[in-house]
Amino acid sequence: MVSSVTNLGRSGVFDWLIQRVTAYVLALYTLFLLGFMVFSDVNYETWAALFSQTWFRIFTLLALLSIGAHAWVGLWTVTTDYIKAMAPRFLVQALCGLTMFVYVIWGIQILWGL
Amino acid sequence: MLVSLYRYNPESDNAPYMQDVEVDIPEGKDLMVLDVLNLIKERDPSMAYRRSCREGVCGSDGMNMNGTNGLACITPMSQVVKNNKLVLRPLPGLPVIRDLVVDMSLFYKQYEKVMPYLVNDTPAPAIERLQTPEDREKLDGLYECILCACCSTACPSFWWNPDKFIGPSGLLQAYRFLADSRDTAQAERLANLDDPFSVFRCRGIMNCVSVCPKGLNPTKAIGHIRNLLLQRAT
Repeated sequence: MVSSVTNLGRSGVFDWLIQRVTAYVLALYTLFLLGFMVFSDVNYETWAALFSQTWFRIFTLLALLSIGAHAWVGLWTVTTDYIKAMAPRFLVQALCGLTMFVYVIWGIQILWGL
Repeated sequence: MLVSLYRYNPESDNAPYMQDVEVDIPEGKDLMVLDVLNLIKERDPSMAYRRSCREGVCGSDGMNMNGTNGLACITPMSQVVKNNKLVLRPLPGLPVIRDLVVDMSLFYKQYEKVMPYLVNDTPAPAIERLQTPEDREKLDGLYECILCACCSTACPSFWWNPDKFIGPSGLLQAYRFLADSRDTAQAERLANLDDPFSVFRCRGIMNCVSVCPKGLNPTKAIGHIRNLLLQRAT
């Protein structure tokens, strides 16, 4: 058993499952938005009406969290594949984590218009 | 025919280099790559490579022939030679000891990790541990692996993390024992594999399947292991 503390969950199967589940959420969200743009008249009113509904805000937040988790698992894999020295690898991982954290919080602020 | 050989002798060479050799191939014969190497060695005994059974059973002469890993002894010239040229290199990703001979220590270390033997602490029966024909069938496509390392050294995940990712060959063996009805250590075996590297570095690109000289399918075995881990964890 190889030990690792910087991946999302402590177990490989957890990371794998999260990667798959979040991929489904992101695919659903993308398809929904594409469908909305194709089948309805997109202007400020319809767009604001869509985002004023609680269920859609929750759906969007779920998609945002999914991007965060999905990107963390993926980028963690890329950094452990290609950056062999510990210091730069940890720095890149920390930067990725910080970026995702900022995006999620910023997204919440935008969604609920705080 | 022109054969381009990877040459490296750490005692006399500063760096590896490619040596071009012209080889006369007997008319009307489809020689195996190993036969060509033997012809070369007759002229230049300093050429180093491993071989033993010369019939695809021992797994000694795994090498990279015109860019594809395989066993030299069972790969006919007609299958690999392009434009009357053959390029022979050692298996990629492992340290080269000399010419086409690689250091397989890391490969064996990963093999060792999966406990490649039956674990059964129950009292041994008088004659042998029996298995139904159906249970025995589950081991088909798994037990045939000869550990030639063609698959693991064709796998980019194994190139990047040979110390952490078990690799297709080791994982095929891991499943061979996970699937064995006589083994009682399944829980322990699975616990040893549930980290982000050992199994999950497999990205399913199936290089292992396309190069396996025995026609085995490590990607499928890895999928089975993933399912077992998932069943255990959910």
